[in-house]
Amino acid sequence: MSIHIKINGKPAEANKGEYLLDTIERQGIKIPTLCHIKGMFPSGACRMCLVELEGSGKLITSCSYPVEDGMSIFTHSPKVVEARKTIVELLLSNHPDDCLYCARNKNCELQNFADDFNIRLRKTKGNKNDYNLDIAGLSLERDPDKCVLCGRCIRICEETIGVTAIDFINRGSKTIVGTAFNKGLNTSSCVNCGQCLMVCPTGAITEKSHINQVIDAINNPELTVVVQYAPAISVSLAEEFNIKAGKDINGVMNAALRKVGFKKVFDTSFSADLTILEEASELVDRIVNKKPLPMFTSCCPAWVKYVEEFNPELLPNISTCKSPQQMMGSVIKNYYAKVEKLEPKKIYSVSIMPCTAKKFEAQREEMLTDGVADVDAVLTTRELGKLIKIFGIDIANLEPESTDSPLGARTTAGKIFGASGGVMEAALRTAHFMITGKELENNKFLELRGFKDIKEAKIKIGDLEVGIAVVNGLGNVKTILKQIAEGRKDLHFIEVMNCPGGCIAGGGQHIGATHESILARLKALYQIDDNETIRVSHQNPQIIELYKNFLEKPNGKVSHKYLHTTYAKRDVLK
Amino acid sequence: MNNNKDLLKKHLSNKDTSHLSAEVEKILTLNKREKVSEPTIFVGAGTCGLGAGAGKTLLAIKEYCKTNKWNVNIIETGCIGLCTAEPIVDIMLPGKSRVSFENITAEKVTDLLDSVRESKIPTKQVIGQFKSESSEAWKNIPSINDHSFFKKQKRVVLKNCGIIDPQRIEDYIASGGYGSLYKTLTNNKPIDVCKMIELSGLRGRGGGGFPTGRKWSLAQIQEGKEKYIICNADEGDPGAFMDRAVIEGDPHRLLEGMIVGGYAIGANYGYIYIRAEYPLAIERLIKAIKDAKEYGLLGKNILNTNFDFDIKIKKGAGAFVCGEETALIHSIEGKRGMPRPRPPYPSVSGLFNKPTVINNVETFSNVPAIISNGLDWFTAIGTEKSKGTKVFALSGKIAKTGLVEIPMGTTIREILFDIAGGIKNNKKFKAVQIGGPSGGCITEENLNIEIDYEPLIKAGAMMGSGGLVVMDEDTCMVDVAKFFMDFIQRESCGKCIPCREGTKRMLEILNSITSKPSTDDNRQALERFQGVTQLESLAKVIKETSLCGLGQTAPNPVLSTIRWFRHEYEEHIFERECRANICTDLRTFVIDATKCTGCTACTKKCPTMAIVGSKKNPHYIIEEKCIGCGTCATICNFNAISPK
Repeated sequence: MSIHIKINGKPAEANKGEYLLDTIERQGIKIPTLCHIKGMFPSGACRMCLVELEGSGKLITSCSYPVEDGMSIFTHSPKVVEARKTIVELLLSNHPDDCLYCARNKNCELQNFADDFNIRLRKTKGNKNDYNLDIAGLSLERDPDKCVLCGRCIRICEETIGVTAIDFINRGSKTIVGTAFNKGLNTSSCVNCGQCLMVCPTGAITEKSHINQVIDAINNPELTVVVQYAPAISVSLAEEFNIKAGKDINGVMNAALRKVGFKKVFDTSFSADLTILEEASELVDRIVNKKPLPMFTSCCPAWVKYVEEFNPELLPNISTCKSPQQMMGSVIKNYYAKVEKLEPKKIYSVSIMPCTAKKFEAQREEMLTDGVADVDAVLTTRELGKLIKIFGIDIANLEPESTDSPLGARTTAGKIFGASGGVMEAALRTAHFMITGKELENNKFLELRGFKDIKEAKIKIGDLEVGIAVVNGLGNVKTILKQIAEGRKDLHFIEVMNCPGGCIAGGGQHIGATHESILARLKALYQIDDNETIRVSHQNPQIIELYKNFLEKPNGKVSHKYLHTTYAKRDVLK
Repeated sequence: MNNNKDLLKKHLSNKDTSHLSAEVEKILTLNKREKVSEPTIFVGAGTCGLGAGAGKTLLAIKEYCKTNKWNVNIIETGCIGLCTAEPIVDIMLPGKSRVSFENITAEKVTDLLDSVRESKIPTKQVIGQFKSESSEAWKNIPSINDHSFFKKQKRVVLKNCGIIDPQRIEDYIASGGYGSLYKTLTNNKPIDVCKMIELSGLRGRGGGGFPTGRKWSLAQIQEGKEKYIICNADEGDPGAFMDRAVIEGDPHRLLEGMIVGGYAIGANYGYIYIRAEYPLAIERLIKAIKDAKEYGLLGKNILNTNFDFDIKIKKGAGAFVCGEETALIHSIEGKRGMPRPRPPYPSVSGLFNKPTVINNVETFSNVPAIISNGLDWFTAIGTEKSKGTKVFALSGKIAKTGLVEIPMGTTIREILFDIAGGIKNNKKFKAVQIGGPSGGCITEENLNIEIDYEPLIKAGAMMGSGGLVVMDEDTCMVDVAKFFMDFIQRESCGKCIPCREGTKRMLEILNSITSKPSTDDNRQALERFQGVTQLESLAKVIKETSLCGLGQTAPNPVLSTIRWFRHEYEEHIFERECRANICTDLRTFVIDATKCTGCTACTKKCPTMAIVGSKKNPHYIIEEKCIGCGTCATICNFNAISPK
């Protein structure tokens, strides 16, 4: 604190090099912003954060203006408030005004501004934008009419994800956010991660909703509707009901899902354990038989699509294992169906995912087994919240229930899949056992946890030193890929997760979550790992049973039919 | 020829240019062309000249010389500035002074050359002669410097335009070009050059008027080896063509200015960001850069001074906003041309996040003259706050359109009436738009304003890059505001909300004022009126809150027309009248029955079939159907149709 400034006449201390906005917020003053993303280079597009400079009366954007010693500013002078209000009015004058029908109703920043600024008059009128919807993608939909062009989605896609599927196109009042040649998300390099919609202030980007299909299936007496949910859901769903972030409501959720009408409630953490057995065996096989290394994880569908588009030469290095969602889907339709003597086609398999890319993954051609889709519908955490509300379920008054057999038991290794580094940690626990026949003494890999961009470690397994890396946030993968292209040879196994923090921060999660909430979800996952006793996948009793009854052995012929796949180069507009 | 080049190169690396060797003197004189040994014809072949037919004139001249076996040296020059007189052809006979002729289209070539060859000067076509000591002046032919268009001009940047061959570096060197470069690079420290430019009082000619030297010094003191210098030649204002003419007519002047700038701030790379719509200027630049490299003036170890400097041309795709410096930087970096907030200013963090100086073509082109003529010479020109000259591009309803360069402090009245000959066709002057879409209009009562940055801003206008669009009584000021607003809302980059959404709304309000409503009841009149009050409040917010200069100045044309021509707005709103009869929606036409012959020509052309009448009987226009397009009035051979 070396700089002294005045905010609304009161002295305030600021840190050298910080932006005005940071200083102002520390004083307990709220400044509205639309284009700002904390930690990213200021954009200055929305002009909402303007403050008045004393003396010159100039309005400057506090998000981008570095503090200067002795400066004096007003955050809510008449001029400032009038300017902000006019900006909101201008946005509203070009907005569809269909809040009641909007996916973001009651959770929209523009709506909040209209309320906060007490806008009660349609002062500015005129023609409104009338663009086509972009609905051909399998995961995401865009409505350019609702877009306020704040540019957050573009920057996330470029700077965090490293894909740049969308950008501004056209000029002036005809500017829109669009994909290459405005051909739509389905033709673009979009990896469906949904991080864009997580930062979208309005309903301009939403997930492709599967709610109606799921309700129809539940109401269809001919179908057996079963559900699986990803490891991150139980620690995230609470926020959809205004419950404190990080609360694990697994049992209540099981009860709610049954109340909605799902016949069986399975846990994707089970198939995460299954993935570990397959993937660890595959890794061992690759190392022993000198097959392509390093091996990359294939759990994240955004990452898989990225490789298909941008680095197809690395496809042989991608694990052939299907993701836990797809393994569970396949096991449901091919094993559970047999156990229950059901026709696979008569099972409607729903998954609850913290992810929008999973919707795309479930519809991939590679994800059919004998012509039947492994997974029929994918709901995000948000959609599950909606579904529970539609069915009038009061989750505050539910008794916790457990999952169903034979695909409901999980170890904590499967559970920590929900965090960046979790897949790697779980895989190492089992790989060690597979190679040495002994359990690890200390099976916590703290260096692989947390929000660092790239986490690396060297692990001694028997005589072998295994080099591993965890890429947290797809944008960071370029660094590792470059090193590999330049000849780096010491890495054996690399986990890549698209969303910074892993699935707990996925594109299907609660919109408007703070970093603190995400941290709370993360802590909840590792708390579970600390509290429980079965902490390695190969000890999962139902997994052992599954191999005995159906799959024979990891990475074997049967499991290859049901649990493995291959990917191919994908041509998209980049 | 190579020998000449070597000698010239040696001459350029000479500290003492006052004592020339006889050989060098000879080469310089030859290229100076103040005296020629064979007949020489100069054709103004800039874009304006070519547009007026200089290409055909050139061919005709070549054809004439071939058929008449007349051994002539033909030289293409840039534009001298008097665009209305294009194609301009200058002829210089051995021993005699150079004479300039106006409007020499191809068909006039034979007569002109026939008579000149007989030493007869057709005085009617003469603009003037260039008097010099080394050649004999023609009798009874006025000096070009006494021509009203040139008399009040002070040509620094335009000194060589239309005079020398822009494609020959030797011409530029002979005119004194690159003369002080070696001295500057060897005798002066970079910081001293910055100081010198600062002391000269040179201010940015792109419109903002920021002191150039201060900008340079700021970049100079930044640490780090990698710095850039950029020339902004993305001239996008409607009615501005100064930069194009300077580059087409004298490209080396710009290069020299940039080399000095690069040396001063410590940059080894320069970019010229030029709009792709200027193909001729780009061609001239490419040639100039190539020649400068051959002469050791660009590239590694310039004139053996250990200073490396190279220039790249970057073509802009024609976005107006790319004239804004941060948008321009993004464009060069290969990104979308969108501005970013400042600070940091480019001088601190610009192109590729390195310290960068961006100056306009005219600013750089002033530098060589300041360096070679000295501070005292430069500071003697202009006003107290603004030194030197300013180039303006004159267009619109003015008798002599073209380029003029005047000392700062000249009044607008002098430019319009003394230099440019007043309003076309004896119409009444209404206003002149200065500063393009960012500027405002100057009316009769403000014509005595002196050209200078601050007084113009006081009058609600701005210097801008130098476009002067003259308007007469036939111009509708609401329509003018609409034109600029339409331009801005199309050219806005779309990034910040006030500029993107606000200008769109302002245009819509202007459109509602000038268009015919479906039903004209009191409610609509009230809405129109509300519109104007909203125009002003929106304008205020857009000015105060927009991200870049484009948005911050976007409402200026509207504000300035409302300020000076509020009555015209009110006429549009309440009387539903456009006094200039420009707003087609607000006008209807009537047929004068006494003049109408019933020829039916108008009935056939009327797009809405609003004209009725039988053959050979006077016709009649149904007012309700008339959309005011004016097609009938244009087609009528008997002047029988006029606006009501």
